Amino acid sequence: MCLAVPGEVVAIDRHAALLSGTVDFGGTRRGVCLAYVPEVVVGDHVVVHVGFALSIVDEAEAARTWALLEELVAVDRELRLDGEREAP
Amino acid sequence: MSSFACPAPLSPGARVLLGHGSGGTLSADLVRELFLPRFASAELNRLTDAAVVELEGVRVAFTTDAFVVQPTFFPGADIGVLAVNGTVNDLAMMGARPSFLSAAFVLEEGLGLDALVSVVDSMAATADRAGVRLVTGDTKVVERGAADGLYIVTSGIGVVPDGIELGPEHIDVGHAVVVSGPVGSHGVAVMSRRAGIEFDVDVESDSMSLVPLVDSLLEVANVHCLRDATRGGLATVLCELADASGCAIDIDEPRVPVLEPVRSACATLGLDPLYVANEGVFVAVLDASDVAAALEALRAHAGGSAAALLGEVGAGTGVHLRTALGVSRPLRLLSGEQLPRIC
Amino acid sequence: MKYRDEYYDPAVARRLADRLGATVTRPWTVMEVCGGQTHTLVRQGIDQLLPDEIELVHGPGCPVCVTPLSVIDHAIEIAGRSDTTLCSYGDMLRVPGSNDDLLRVRAAGGDVRVVYSPLDAVQVARDTPDREVVFFAVGFETTAPANAMAVRVAAAEGLTNFSVLVAQVLVPPAMVAILTSPGNRVQGFLGPGHVCTVMGWTEYEPITDGFGVPIVVCGFEPIDLLEGLVMLVDQLQQGRSEIENQYVRSARREGNATARAVVAEVFEPCDRAWRGIGVLPGSGLRLRLPYRSLDAAERFPRRGAETAEPEVCIAGRVLLGRARPDQCPAFGTDCTPERPLGAPMVSSEGACAAYHAAGRVQVGDPAVRP
Repeated sequence: MCLAVPGEVVAIDRHAALLSGTVDFGGTRRGVCLAYVPEVVVGDHVVVHVGFALSIVDEAEAARTWALLEELVAVDRELRLDGEREAP
Repeated sequence: MSSFACPAPLSPGARVLLGHGSGGTLSADLVRELFLPRFASAELNRLTDAAVVELEGVRVAFTTDAFVVQPTFFPGADIGVLAVNGTVNDLAMMGARPSFLSAAFVLEEGLGLDALVSVVDSMAATADRAGVRLVTGDTKVVERGAADGLYIVTSGIGVVPDGIELGPEHIDVGHAVVVSGPVGSHGVAVMSRRAGIEFDVDVESDSMSLVPLVDSLLEVANVHCLRDATRGGLATVLCELADASGCAIDIDEPRVPVLEPVRSACATLGLDPLYVANEGVFVAVLDASDVAAALEALRAHAGGSAAALLGEVGAGTGVHLRTALGVSRPLRLLSGEQLPRIC
Repeated sequence: MKYRDEYYDPAVARRLADRLGATVTRPWTVMEVCGGQTHTLVRQGIDQLLPDEIELVHGPGCPVCVTPLSVIDHAIEIAGRSDTTLCSYGDMLRVPGSNDDLLRVRAAGGDVRVVYSPLDAVQVARDTPDREVVFFAVGFETTAPANAMAVRVAAAEGLTNFSVLVAQVLVPPAMVAILTSPGNRVQGFLGPGHVCTVMGWTEYEPITDGFGVPIVVCGFEPIDLLEGLVMLVDQLQQGRSEIENQYVRSARREGNATARAVVAEVFEPCDRAWRGIGVLPGSGLRLRLPYRSLDAAERFPRRGAETAEPEVCIAGRVLLGRARPDQCPAFGTDCTPERPLGAPMVSSEGACAAYHAAGRVQVGDPAVRP
C-alpha cells in the first residue's frame, strides 16, 4: 500500500472549512486537504496520499540522507580495497 | 494466421466490459475469438491499422474507427479533432496518402447544438489542415442516456504508392525501433477532466495528423512497419508488433520520451505512462543504418522534436524493457483499463 | 518531481546493490511489508539486482489482496442496487468476489465510480441527494486518516445519504501473524514508510524486542528500497534487531498525531478477517458508536450467502510468506491477471501478479495444498 507522492504547496486556503491548498507535483496541480499538516506554509513540500497531505518533507533530513548515502557507498570502496568479496 | 472453421465458444451470459475497449488482452481476445472467426477475411486477420486492398490494380488503404471519448472536450482537442486525425493516421501507418473520409454521427437526444457545432467546426478545420475531404456522412439520434452525448464513426481511404510495403511481417531481427514523440500526453489530458479525478496540468492532447512526419521519414529511411500508439499506449503497440512479427523487441526505458507534467501526473495517480493513450505518436521499425537520418527527419517537425531511438528487434519473443536500473524485464499487455491506485 | 526523481538515480542504485553484495556473507530472508514497495521492486527490476543470498518475500501490505471475500461480495451487492452509487479507489474494481467483480457490476448497469480522494465521494453525496452514496473505505493506517475525515465531514454536514463500507486493516498484527506462523522464515522487515508516517513506529518496538527481528522503516522509490536493504542486511550481519528509519524525509518516531487523533475519533480497533488468512484479533478498524449510522454494512445488510474461495488458491500462504506464488498449482495457468482466482493476482502489488509480471513460470510442488 500507500502510493503517496511529494509535491510543493503553492497556495493555502485558510478560510475553507477544512484547511486545504493547492499542491504542485512537478507540473500537475491538485487541491489537497492540509488538515493533517496544520503548520504547513507555502513553499513546503508535502507527501500526499489520496488527496491528503500526511507529512511535511524534512528537507534537512533529506539532504542528510544523501550525505549518508555517499558515506554508505564509500564503505563499499573500502571493502573492495580490503579484498573483501566483490559484488556479484 | 490460420483461418478459423469453428469459432471459439463464449461463456454464456458473459457481458462486454469497459476493459474490452482498452486495447489490452481483453480487447485482443474479443477480436480474436469473436470477430475474426466470423468474418473469415485474410485482410482482417492481418490486424493492421488499415487494410490494403486492391481495386482495379490500384492499392488502396481502407480504415474505420469509432470515437467515444469522454469528456467530449479536453485540453488541446475534442472528439472531432480525434476523429479526423485518428482516421488519417491509420491510413498513414500503411504509407497511404489519405484522401477521403466519411463520418457517421450518433447523437444523444438532448445534446446541445452548440456542442455539436463546435465539434463539427473542429472536424472541418482538422480535415482542412490534414488535406482530406469529408465526402459522405450519416446522422442518427438515440434516446437520452445512450451515446454519452456524441459518438463519431469514421472511415477513410487513400492510395498506397507503389513500392511501399509496410507491415509487421516485414519486421526482422536487427531492425531499429523508433518512437516519434513523447508518450502519455493524450491520456493525461483527457483524464485531467474526468470526474472524480480532476487535476490541473499543462498538458494538451497530442492529437495531430502524422502524415507530414511519415512522409519525411519514408523519404530518408527504409521503413518496414509503422503503427500508431493509441489506446493501451506505447507498451501495447510494442507487444502487438512483437506478437505479429514473431520477434522480440528490446527497449531501454530511459529512452522513452515523456513530458515532465505527464510523468508527474502519472506518478500522482499511480499510472504507468507506457500504457497511457496517445493520439499523435507512432512507432517505426526500420533499418538500423537509417536511424540517424530518420531521427533528423522526424525532429525537423514540431510534432517529432522528441523522436527517439528506443531499442531493437531481437531474436526470441515478447517485449523486454531495460529499466533505469539496467535490469531487463518482460513488458506485457494489461488485461483491461489501467486504473488509478492508492497502493 | 523533487524528492522523487533523484531516488531513481541508476548510478547510486548500482552502488547500493554492490554494497549489498559486498556485505552479505550468508543467506537472509527478508520481507517488504508494503504492496507499493513490492510494486517498485518488481517494476524497476530491483529484485534482480540483489545478491542471490537475499530472498525477498513479498508482504501482505496490499489492501486489495487482504480485503475479505465477504466484504467484496457485500460491496458488489451494494453496487448492484439501483438507488445506490458505490465510490471506490481504483484498486478495488478488479478484485474477484465469489461470482463477480465491481467492473462487471458496472457493466451490468451498477453505478460504480472511481474516486481519487474520499472527499470526492462526499461531494458525490452532496451532488446527488436523492441517491445513496456508499464509499468503499479500504486501506491500511496510511489511508485511515483520509477515510476518517470523509466520515467526519459527512457527519458534520448531516449528509444522510452518505455511508461507508469499512475494510480498514492494521499492519502490526499482520507482522505478528507472520512471525508466529509455523515455519516462518522471515528474519527482517522493510517497514511500511507511509504507515509509519502516520503511526510512527513505537508500536513496532515490541515486535523487534519480542521477536528479535530488525525493522527498517523504508520509503518506496528504488534508492529508498536499496538503502533500506543495505541497512537491514547490515543489522542482520551484525546480529542487531533494532528499528531504524531509512525514510527520514517523511517518517518520524512520533508519526502524525493530528491524523491519529481524527482516526481515533472516528474508528476503533476490532477483529478483522484477512482474505486467505482468517481472523486476526485487533487487526482492523470499525466505526465508533457515534458514527455507526454511517456504516453501510448496517444500512445495507448483506443478503447473499457466504461463499468460499476457489480451493486451489493458496493466497493465504503467499500473504504470510509461507509459499511462493510460483509454487501454486494454478499459477500462470488457471490463475492469471486476466482471470484471477485470488486477490494477489489482481493488483500490481500483489505477490502473484508481481511474479507473473516478472515472467516467472509455475514450478508448483503438487504437495503444496491450500
